[in-house]
Amino acid sequence: MRMIKRENISNKKAIQIRTGAIIGSLILSGLFIFFLGHNPLDVFISMMDGAFGSIYRIKDTINIIIPLIMTSLGLMIAFKMKFWNIGGEGQILIGALFASYFALNFSFLPKPILLLVMFIFGFIGGALWALVPAVLKVKFETNETITTLMMNYIALNLVTYLQYGPWKDPQSFGFPKIANFTENALLPKVFGLHIGWIVTILAVVIISIFVSKTKYGYEIKVVGESKDTANYSGIRVNRVIIRGLIISGGICGIVGMMEVSGVNGTLTDQVSAGYGYTAIITTWLSGLKPSFIIPVSVLFAGLIKGGGFIQTAYQIPQSAAEIIQSMILFFVIGSEFFVQYKLVPDKRNEKGRERNVS
Amino acid sequence: MRKFLLLILSLVLVLSMVACGTEGDQPSGEEEDLTVGFIYVGPIGDGGYTYAHDQGRLYLEDNLNVNTIYKESVPETQEVEQEIRNMIDQGAKAIFATSFGYMDYVAKVSEDYPEVAFFHCSGYKTTDNLATYFGRIYQPRYLSGIVAGLKTETNNIGYVAAYPIPEVIRGINAFTLGVQSVNPDAVVRVKWTSTWYDPATEKEAAVALIDEGADIIAQHQDTTGPQQAAEERGVYSIGYNTDMAEMAPEAYMTAPIWNWGPYYVEQVQNVIDGNFQSHQYWGGMEDDVVKLAPLTELAPEGAEEAVEEAKEKILNDELIIFEGPIYDQEGNLKVEEGQQMTDEEMLNMMWFVEGIEGNIE
Repeated sequence: MRMIKRENISNKKAIQIRTGAIIGSLILSGLFIFFLGHNPLDVFISMMDGAFGSIYRIKDTINIIIPLIMTSLGLMIAFKMKFWNIGGEGQILIGALFASYFALNFSFLPKPILLLVMFIFGFIGGALWALVPAVLKVKFETNETITTLMMNYIALNLVTYLQYGPWKDPQSFGFPKIANFTENALLPKVFGLHIGWIVTILAVVIISIFVSKTKYGYEIKVVGESKDTANYSGIRVNRVIIRGLIISGGICGIVGMMEVSGVNGTLTDQVSAGYGYTAIITTWLSGLKPSFIIPVSVLFAGLIKGGGFIQTAYQIPQSAAEIIQSMILFFVIGSEFFVQYKLVPDKRNEKGRERNVS
Repeated sequence: MRKFLLLILSLVLVLSMVACGTEGDQPSGEEEDLTVGFIYVGPIGDGGYTYAHDQGRLYLEDNLNVNTIYKESVPETQEVEQEIRNMIDQGAKAIFATSFGYMDYVAKVSEDYPEVAFFHCSGYKTTDNLATYFGRIYQPRYLSGIVAGLKTETNNIGYVAAYPIPEVIRGINAFTLGVQSVNPDAVVRVKWTSTWYDPATEKEAAVALIDEGADIIAQHQDTTGPQQAAEERGVYSIGYNTDMAEMAPEAYMTAPIWNWGPYYVEQVQNVIDGNFQSHQYWGGMEDDVVKLAPLTELAPEGAEEAVEEAKEKILNDELIIFEGPIYDQEGNLKVEEGQQMTDEEMLNMMWFVEGIEGNIE
């Protein structure tokens, strides 16, 4: 067998493949649930129920959707230039760290000003963290997949160091915890959800216009398709990459700011909650289109939330719930391969068979 | 792509609507029984701290007609707040949050749900509907110190400890006082891991202590990692939380252990009867909430008798563990002769007694 890239796959075929993948994942994880001693159908329905079954649960799921969409938007800009930014996690953490610095040390500022400062420095933090791999890439052609990934660990350990050391709350009796933010460093709520959802909607609109309607968005697209073409047409490729990564990392940094200020109320080493990694998948599955990032993020947030719900509803162990989530993911992502490529029998074998027939 | 996503989205919506419509058929639908939620910092299979709490939960299920739900491996961050809200959303009327770092979050959530009874293990913040509970585990720790003190030959005892918070420091101090009551020359060396649940890190810390000459390993950790290190290196060990004999049959001598079941039953009965009141429970060996696990045959000669004697004295109030004279690491007299530390002082203990090597960061 060997694989061939599909040319212009028909929509019908693509839908067939993807539906097949969903059904396959449901069957396999259903079997797994069955062996755990539960009715698979009940558990699947319960997963949906846990993610979207009440106003409260929908709100909770939206709290996961917000960072997923925002991070995906950030990564998308980098991915469009074929710059594989795996560093969303670190950019979120540093954005959170920068914002927290102001929340902890400038809490005397009036609320709107403090929040604005935190927002801006959240962006700057994330942008700086993405800028390092971007500069390394354009100056020395380093592999950005590695550098962005490594920057994640530096960011994580930096936050851990601060949490366990200099920033540790002196009132915590030795427990490694950074002090809670004061009231004026917390994002206000609109309809029971922190204001980040409005920021997210605005970001989707702005980024959509940015990538499809502006000159700079066009340059990003050209750089992604072919650097030579971009060069030839007079686009300053390095500048486009650097500028793109500042925006990409900056958006991830805003996620960090919104998570510490809107959700956690303080900085912890777990503030990024894996969004930087999950968003790689959501961005990819959305085909790098802002409007598709929304439904894909909703689906993933539902999976995360629903997976948590069945743990308590059915007393399914955490690891088993994660296995179910991963199985569904595996099929969905795996199906993308078959949308892009098809497997055909090896030619030599075919010839052999023909000879046998004749 | 677009059609596919629309398909999924509509599938999600349809299913969620179906789910809403059939809520009555859900497993949490048995409305008559009280639902009690437990939040754990590690997995129930940790063989230690969380396992002990989960045994309490099972005891509760056996003894009262209640429905329990639990969530494992909840980090000590805002996530615990969400998990508590989820459990209340699923009908929980009583919540047991079993790790120290949950404190601020539990206190915050408790104010939003005045009709729910909250119990936080090992903390010090209470509200009108948030009680705290813990056991005087330092008492059996003192007893386990006697066993270690009699057993050690190098007079070098290693202690793998989680975080430098009063709970842990108090335990190390009590253990050391127990050691020194039978062996004044022995030194207890402390290594911090900054984790409750991380088998690999805890095991590594124990290995390092053994490399530095410890021939007994004690622990304030949720897992059996340090026990395994002792087993592999051929030294002896004191466990924690639950009887760990099976984990390290060639090393384990005894352990200070928890027995949460009776407290859980008593308190949930109060909730059912409508008699729940906020309180700060800190029971000792007299309540059987804490005790020393049976000594194995690896325990030194005479340990059984010495432990038994000390235990009787503790139960009769003849032996008060934190009674002066007690000196700190620098040799300053911290508790004068005849004086006893108050509960308040013990709950804020941030200094080591003489005979401990290690720093409180």
